[in-house]
Amino acid sequence: MATTFAVTPRTHAKPVPARRGPRARALRRSLTGWAFVGPATVIVVGLSIFPAVWAFFISRAKWNGISPGVPVGWRNYQQLVQDPDMIAATKHTLILTAIFVPGSIALGILIAVALNQRIRLIGFYRTCIFVPYVASAAATGILAGFVFNPQFGAANDILRSLGLPQQQFLESQHQALYIICLILLWGEVGFTTVIYLAALQDIPRELIEAATVDGASKWRTFRHVILPELRPVTVFVAVWQTITAMQLFDLVYTTTRGGPLNSTQTIVYYIYELAFQTQRLGYGAAAAYFLFIVTMVLSLGVILYGRRRGSEVF
Amino acid sequence: MRRRLPFSPWHLLLMPLAMIFVLPLVQMLLTSFMSSAEINQFPPKLIPSSLHLEGYRHLFSETHALRWFANTVIVSGIAVVAHLVLCSMAGYGFARLKFAGRGLAFVLILATVMIPIQLLMIPTYLMFARIGIVDTLAAAFVPWLASAFGIFLMRQFFLGLPVELEEAALIDGCGRWRTFRSIVLPLAKPALTTLAIITLLWSWNDLLWPLVAISDDTRFTLQVGLANFQGMRRTEWSQLMAGNVLATMPLILAFLFAQKKFIATMTFTGIKG
Repeated sequence: MATTFAVTPRTHAKPVPARRGPRARALRRSLTGWAFVGPATVIVVGLSIFPAVWAFFISRAKWNGISPGVPVGWRNYQQLVQDPDMIAATKHTLILTAIFVPGSIALGILIAVALNQRIRLIGFYRTCIFVPYVASAAATGILAGFVFNPQFGAANDILRSLGLPQQQFLESQHQALYIICLILLWGEVGFTTVIYLAALQDIPRELIEAATVDGASKWRTFRHVILPELRPVTVFVAVWQTITAMQLFDLVYTTTRGGPLNSTQTIVYYIYELAFQTQRLGYGAAAAYFLFIVTMVLSLGVILYGRRRGSEVF
Repeated sequence: MRRRLPFSPWHLLLMPLAMIFVLPLVQMLLTSFMSSAEINQFPPKLIPSSLHLEGYRHLFSETHALRWFANTVIVSGIAVVAHLVLCSMAGYGFARLKFAGRGLAFVLILATVMIPIQLLMIPTYLMFARIGIVDTLAAAFVPWLASAFGIFLMRQFFLGLPVELEEAALIDGCGRWRTFRSIVLPLAKPALTTLAIITLLWSWNDLLWPLVAISDDTRFTLQVGLANFQGMRRTEWSQLMAGNVLATMPLILAFLFAQKKFIATMTFTGIKG
């Protein structure tokens, strides 16, 4: 907000009535300002601050949306922390996050380093690797249902040709969550790769040359020169991907709908079911607040961890 | 330099990775042109024997897929245009104009960034039900008219522009609005492109909100329509893949034609978002 400028001299402007005082001018300025920012501000604030506050009141009631709600104080929240479905959903979501966040960072760095080489076909590789990012999670989920179909999917076909046993993938209670994690990585790694690629290209060439002149091996240069330079970006990516994983819904909806036997139910999927399938709006809103707080805490944790490791990014 | 391989070893990593990322999409496209008999063949085939259009034909006759496509175009179109107009105006206002309440408005917008859609969907649904727009396309696009992200993006861009140009225009008697329209906006093309791409990507691919807000199947967006269709017809793979092609190809083609701009947008989201 540094470059705002005060009233511009109006000497050549349209003739302004001579007696217009400073207050009238201030009013005019405010009207102009609000004409510019008003519409967007009303939409953004009106569709988030107000509903967020309302959601809190809803979360302290037992309400199906039709008959009048009954205030129950903190009971929804008390019930939530003992609800086995909620505990299971939280566990699944945290497992997903714990695999997805480091996975997408490691893969993103690896692929970005590879794509940063000056070799032939690099444009082709880049296109192939980035393209899944623009496909919707819903379409990706439907496609994954086909690729991982136990009877005639490509995944089992590849296992068969390698002489490996056939798998149930999304239809197995023990594998489905990890397969979803894999699909999520497939869809999102393009994003982390792009960011790391840009960050790699921002590293001053002299820095790497200096390390090479000093006799550092390629690996040591990477480990001690390049990786530390990527740290601020990594903090950002970690926060962003944590939020993505914690709020996972689309993929679950179009692959397993939370099954088999609830083994892939995530927090958001559970909220959706509570609020829009079983009309438990109060309880659903409490679960949404719970998600909000857990996500905040995790994100803050990531940022603080990044800080302690010595990067100032936020 | 000694080399053991006639090509860079990086190819050994990149080639399989590229295939893992792109082949499923290729298979999606090819499967959409197969007959059901071909899909159920064992062992599975990748290339269709000839171009079967029955997947598309059945999809269009048994569902409202074309309608869903049109709905998605409308929702995304409105989202992009509204974002460009409203966010650039607001971004300019916050970057350049001084007025009462500016600080408060900006802080409020800043605060909204942390609030996830999952928290908002229940009250927003109730609110829209009360004003009677649930189950209409308006329910799908109203939340997409403007965003905090868009306002920040544009504000950031305008803060980086030198003020001298505008000052000259203002002194020459241009009003604020005309200065903005004819001097500032033409300079903002890169930022506007980024904003348009990101809004298009996010609104086109959105599933959760339209799923909640719309239950009339003629008003579905493509993502919602396909997700529901898949729930009913789990095994109609050629139709499902045809629907997937419809849902993903417009963005994939746009990506292929404007790859540089898309990549710049993704980078921007990452670095400034």
